[in-house]
Amino acid sequence: MPPAKYTGRKVLRKEDPRLLTGKGQFVDDMHLPNTAHMALLRSPHAHAIIRTLDASRARALDGVLEILTGPEIRDKLNMLPSAAALPDLRIPDHYVLAVNRVRYSGEPVAAVVAETPYIARDALDLIDVDYVPLPVVLDPEKALEKDSPVIYEEWKSNLAGTMQLVSGDIEAAFRKADRVVKGRLLNQRVIPVAMEPRAVQASYQPGEKMLTVWSTTQIPHTLRSEIARLLKIADNRIRVLALDVGGAFGSKLNVYPEEGLVPYLAMRLERPVKWVETRRENMLATIHGRDQINYVELALTNDGRILGLRVRVIVDVGAYLQMLTALIPTLTAIMSPGCYKMLAFSFEMKEVFTNKMATDAYRGAGRPEATFLVERAMDLAAAELKMDPAEIRRRNFIKPASFPYTTRTGLIYDSGNYDKALKKALDLAGYTQLRRKQAQLRKQGKIMGIGLATYVEICAMGPARAFAAGGGWESAAVRVEPSGKVTVLSGASPHGQGEETTFAQITADELSVPFDDVAVIHGDTQAVPHGIGTFGSRTTAVGGTAVYMSAQKVKKKMTELAAHLLEINPKNVVWRDGKIVAKTNPKKFTTFQEVVRAAYSAKNLPPGMEPGLDATSYFSPQNFTFPFGTHICVVEIDPETGEVAIVKYVAVDDCGRVINPMMVEGQVHGGIAQGIGQALYEEAVYNEDGQLLTGELMDYVVPKADQLPTYILDRTETPTTVNPLGVKGVGEAGTIGSTPAVVSAVVDALAPYGVRNLDMPLKPEKIWRILRAKTSHRGTGTQR
Amino acid sequence: MKLPITVTVNGTPHSSEVEPRLLLVHFLRDVLELTGTHVGCETGLCGACTVHLDGEAVKSCMVLAVQANGSKITTVEGLASDGELDEVQRGFWEEHGLQCGYCTPGILLAAHDLLLRSPDPSDAEVRGALSGNLCRCTGYQTIVAAVRNAARKMRQKTRHMKEVPMPAARPQKPPRAKKAARKPSAPGVAEVVP
Repeated sequence: MPPAKYTGRKVLRKEDPRLLTGKGQFVDDMHLPNTAHMALLRSPHAHAIIRTLDASRARALDGVLEILTGPEIRDKLNMLPSAAALPDLRIPDHYVLAVNRVRYSGEPVAAVVAETPYIARDALDLIDVDYVPLPVVLDPEKALEKDSPVIYEEWKSNLAGTMQLVSGDIEAAFRKADRVVKGRLLNQRVIPVAMEPRAVQASYQPGEKMLTVWSTTQIPHTLRSEIARLLKIADNRIRVLALDVGGAFGSKLNVYPEEGLVPYLAMRLERPVKWVETRRENMLATIHGRDQINYVELALTNDGRILGLRVRVIVDVGAYLQMLTALIPTLTAIMSPGCYKMLAFSFEMKEVFTNKMATDAYRGAGRPEATFLVERAMDLAAAELKMDPAEIRRRNFIKPASFPYTTRTGLIYDSGNYDKALKKALDLAGYTQLRRKQAQLRKQGKIMGIGLATYVEICAMGPARAFAAGGGWESAAVRVEPSGKVTVLSGASPHGQGEETTFAQITADELSVPFDDVAVIHGDTQAVPHGIGTFGSRTTAVGGTAVYMSAQKVKKKMTELAAHLLEINPKNVVWRDGKIVAKTNPKKFTTFQEVVRAAYSAKNLPPGMEPGLDATSYFSPQNFTFPFGTHICVVEIDPETGEVAIVKYVAVDDCGRVINPMMVEGQVHGGIAQGIGQALYEEAVYNEDGQLLTGELMDYVVPKADQLPTYILDRTETPTTVNPLGVKGVGEAGTIGSTPAVVSAVVDALAPYGVRNLDMPLKPEKIWRILRAKTSHRGTGTQR
Repeated sequence: MKLPITVTVNGTPHSSEVEPRLLLVHFLRDVLELTGTHVGCETGLCGACTVHLDGEAVKSCMVLAVQANGSKITTVEGLASDGELDEVQRGFWEEHGLQCGYCTPGILLAAHDLLLRSPDPSDAEVRGALSGNLCRCTGYQTIVAAVRNAARKMRQKTRHMKEVPMPAARPQKPPRAKKAARKPSAPGVAEVVP
C-alpha cells in the first residue's frame, strides 16, 4: 500500500458541493426538449382476470399521444428477467404490462403517454377496465395447503422453489443434545423507501440508431444488456446513465417494467419519454424486502455449546420473481450459522407465491434474516440455560486462530476476531454496570432491557464462481490526462455511498497527486468500462481494488518512463515529494508533469512502450469477505404507552481496512437506522383483499429524526487477504447487526413479564397489551 | 385555463401563466428549471420539497403555484452566494450530513427555518424541528451535528459582524465584504438580527 496521505483519513466528499447547492443530476432533473410523459394504470385488484380494457375515452383526451396495453405489446418486448437461483425454481412469465390477468395490487396494466405528466395522469382515469376478481393468496403457509387457491394454475401449487442444505449429522446432534430451544421467528415484509422514487427517461436518435436511457439504477451495465434483450436491439446502440441516484438500498438493483416501456416508447414515438414514479407506486410496485418465517431449533449442551442448528424457512416471494427474488433467501441459508461453531446444520426452505409485490434485495438482502434467526436463537438458549447472552456467544465463537475457517455451509470466512469486537462493545457500553443498573431499575418497577447481537456477514459480492451467471468482478480505468490531472472511470455505480471520494483517495495516494486533481466518473455505460454495479457491500472492496490495480499499472509505466528519461534502471527510481528521483543521487530527478508530457509527446519512449498514460483493470476476487461486529442496544419502555425508547446504542464493527472513517460511520449510522426501523416501526401490511394498507408515508413508518438515538461507534480492524486493499465492506453491516440487538433489548426488558420472544415490529400497542395483561406471556418457543 | 402569477425566487422575479392545479414544486422544477428542490411523496410527508415561502419553511408539494403569487421564495439554489457555500451547507459538508443528497435541499431549508427561530438549538430541538423531513441514508446523527455546526458558524459570524465593524477598514478583502452585504437577502441569521 502507498503511504497514506488521504487513505484512512476523514476527507470531505467530492459529491457534496453539487448536492448541497441543488446541482445534482437526478433523472427527473434532466429536462430534454419535447419530452413526452408516461403514466401507468395499475391494477386495483390483487388477483383478477382482465375481461375488457377500453382506452377509447383516454385516447380522445387532448394531449394524449399513445396508450399501450399488455396484449398489444406482449410480442414486441421480451419478458422481465429473473435469476434461476434454485434448481426447481418456477419462473412465471413476467410481461412489462399484464396480459389478461393481474396478480398483485399495483401491477401495471396500461401505459399512457401524453404531452404533460398531468394529462397522462388524467388519462388514466379515463381507461375503463372490467376485472373479474379471483380469490387472493396472502399467507405463505396457508398458500401451501391443498385447498388454497393457486396463482399459477399450470403449476397447481403456490410453491415457487425449494432449497435444502444439510451439513453434518443433524439428527445425531439433536439426539445428543442436553437441551433444545425452538422458536418461530417472523422477519416481516418491509419496504425500502429510497427517498428518490424510481424514474426512467429515454431519448432516441434515429440517425445514429442510438438509444440513451437515464435510470435510477444501481446496475447500469446490466440494465443496458437487459434493455437490449427486452427491446430486441443491440447493446452497443444503447447508452445507460445513472448519474446521481437518490438512495436505493437494493430496490434499484433490478430491472423493472418501466425500464422496458420508456425506451420502447421513446423509439416508437421518436421523442424523449420520461416516467417518474409516485411515492404510492414506489410502495406498491418497487420491490419489498425480507418476508421470511423462520422455524429455528438449536441443540445445546448444558454448558451452552451448540451441537446443531436446524432451520426451516418459508419465504413469501410475492406474485412474480424479480431479478434476484429467488436468490436472496439463499444468502440466509449460507449465513445462518453466524459466528458460531457447530457440529451440524440443516436448512430447508420453501419459496412461496402470494398476491403481493415481489420481494428482492433490501439492504442486507438475506443476511439480516440469517443473523436475526441465529441471534434470537442464541438469546432463547441463554434464557433457557440462564446464561449471560454475551457468555453463550463467546463460548461458541469461531476462534481467531481458526481463520480462514470453512463453515458448515461451505463458505470460507476470511478473517475475524469476534471476541475482540464483543469485548470492545461490552466495555464501551459499560455492560456490567448496565446489568447492575437494570437490577436496580427493576426493583423500582422500571422496564429496561439490554440486547446484544454478534454478527458476521458476507460482503464484497463476490467471486464469479459463486453465481450461476458468473460476474462478481468490477472494472476501473485510471487515466493521467495530458494536463497531469487524473480521471478514474469506475464500473461500480453508487447511489449515495460516495465512491467519487474514496476512489479519489485511493488514486491520489497511489499516484502521489492532490486529491482535488482526481475526478471520478461512474454511471455512464459509454464512458466507463463494462462494470457490474453497486450492491452487496462490494464497491470499495471490489471496485476500489480495480481502481488501485489500474493506478498501480499507471504508476509502473510512469516509473519505467522516468527511468528511461533519467537513463537509469527502473529499480533505481523512487517517488518522493512529487518528484521521481534516482535512488542513489537525489539531484537526478524528473517530475510527474515531465513524465506525463513525455508519455503524450511520445518522442522519447523506451523501446516497446506505447504512448499515453492509462490502464484498465478488472478485479475478480477469489472469495467473499466476512465483516463482523457486535451491536448493543439499551431500551426503556414507557409502562403507560408501551413505547420503546432506545437510551443507548453501541456498535463495534469490523469492516477490515478503512479508506474514509467518516463515510464508514455514515454507512453504519444509516444501516442501524434501517435496522431499528424494522425492529420497531416498519411493516408492509396487506389487508384480506390484498390491498397494501401501508401504501403511503403516512401509514408506513420510515423513522424520523426524533425517533432515533445517537449512536456510539467504534471499530476493530481485521484486514482481509481477499483483496490488496484489505477492505471488507460496510454498506449493510448496520442493518444486519441492529435488528436483533433491538428486539433482544425489548425482549430482555419484558423478561419479568414472561416474554422470551416477540414478533417485529415492536409497536407500542403490542407491548402495551403485554404490560396490560401482566400475566405470564411466554411468546413462542422455549420448551424442550 | 391558465392564470398569471409573479413570484420572486431567490431574488429574481418570474412572471408566468400556469394551470390553477400546478403544484408550486412543479412550477419551480419544470417551469423555472430550478431542479434542486426534489419531490419525494407529493403528500407533504417527506419534506424533500421544502422551500421558504415569505421567510417560512413550507412543503412546496402542498402549495399551488397560484397560491404563491406575489410571494418571495427561497430554494436551495438561493443559499450559496458567489459560489460559496453558506453556513448550513458548509456544516452539512463538514459533518457528512448527507449521503445520496436527495432529501438534502429540503433539510437545508428546514434547518435554516429552525436556526432563524433558535440560534443555538439542542440535539433534541434539531431532531424535533427536522421530524417533518425524512432521510433514509444517514440515520440523522450527522444531520443533527451538521445543524449544530452551522449554528455555531452563524453565531460566530453574528458576533463578528457586531464586534468588528467591517467594510472600509479592510478594502483588501472585497469578496468578504460583498458576502456580508449580500447576506440579508438569503435566509441566514442576519435576517433575525435586527
